Amino acid sequence: MISPDTAAIVIDALLFTFLVITALAIVQLRHLFAVVMLAGVFSLLSAGLFVSLDAVDVAFTEAAVGAGISTVLMLGTMALTAREEKKSPHPIFLPLLVCLVTGAALIYGTLDMPPFGSPDAPVQTHVAPDYIARTPVETGVPNIVTAVLASYRGYDTLGETTVIFTAVIAVLMLLGWDTKNRSLARNARRREEDREKGDEA
Amino acid sequence: MPDTMINMDLVTGHYNYWLVVVLMMTGLFITVSRGNLIKKIVGLNLFQTSVFMLYISMGKIKGGTAPILTDDPATVYSNPLPHVLILTAIVVGIATTALALALIIRIRESYGTIEADEILEIEHQIDDPDPSPTNPANALMARIRGNR
Repeated sequence: MISPDTAAIVIDALLFTFLVITALAIVQLRHLFAVVMLAGVFSLLSAGLFVSLDAVDVAFTEAAVGAGISTVLMLGTMALTAREEKKSPHPIFLPLLVCLVTGAALIYGTLDMPPFGSPDAPVQTHVAPDYIARTPVETGVPNIVTAVLASYRGYDTLGETTVIFTAVIAVLMLLGWDTKNRSLARNARRREEDREKGDEA
Repeated sequence: MPDTMINMDLVTGHYNYWLVVVLMMTGLFITVSRGNLIKKIVGLNLFQTSVFMLYISMGKIKGGTAPILTDDPATVYSNPLPHVLILTAIVVGIATTALALALIIRIRESYGTIEADEILEIEHQIDDPDPSPTNPANALMARIRGNR
């Protein structure tokens, strides 16, 4: 029998391996349909990882929103724009250097973090036990995440709804109406015509 | 500080964070090195999901369970606060993605391309016209005119 701890590490390592492979495949591929599909796979794998990290609410939101809605939106955009990525003429040396330096700095930063899963890390000992203790008494909701989201931090959720509302209005303003006057070339032509008219007059 | 170069406690205690950083940097690399706008957004989403993983990793307690109340008073719950924060972040993330994709569709309608380099060439051509036929921007402009 393997211990639950070992099993958890094996599952984590397996999911991370798949995630890294998927991410590298996204870097390599230039066919946008494959890229978008792999982005959906990445989201689904990360949802699996969230389950193994005890974040079930986050997992199903990520599966629905990340693997579902955003894949649909990207496929729609792809159908309206282009299917193939053109080869970039720029050398990848500078971006690679920037990423390696940033990554090295971040990894150096994690060395000071408390070990993964430690129960006496500062993040576990501050207000979280208080929320866990007060939730059943004050709200009666068994799911603590729901209680915090809807009850204790309800205004944050209202703010989040405002963000979505703003985004929907912005998307409608960009795509919703007035499809005729959008072409840059046509507007440029119109400006030329106006100028010619001005010259004649 | 560890005596040896490879300290197993350090590795098992931090490998999660390191792998998240690797994924994060892959997303950043796609965003900065690729010219295709859709691929840039995919890279940004990768980066974003990796940040979510970092936050959720920090809330995990070994031997803990999902923060849904049980009858057993000895149950250890993982920290619910990062979960709440990230739920909000996922929803805000899809809102920004949708807005970015709408902008890409508009850019394609106006410029006829979603490659950042070609858009820049057209922009230069509009600001400072160079009528010579060798200028690649003129071919692009002609293509947009042909599309209409």
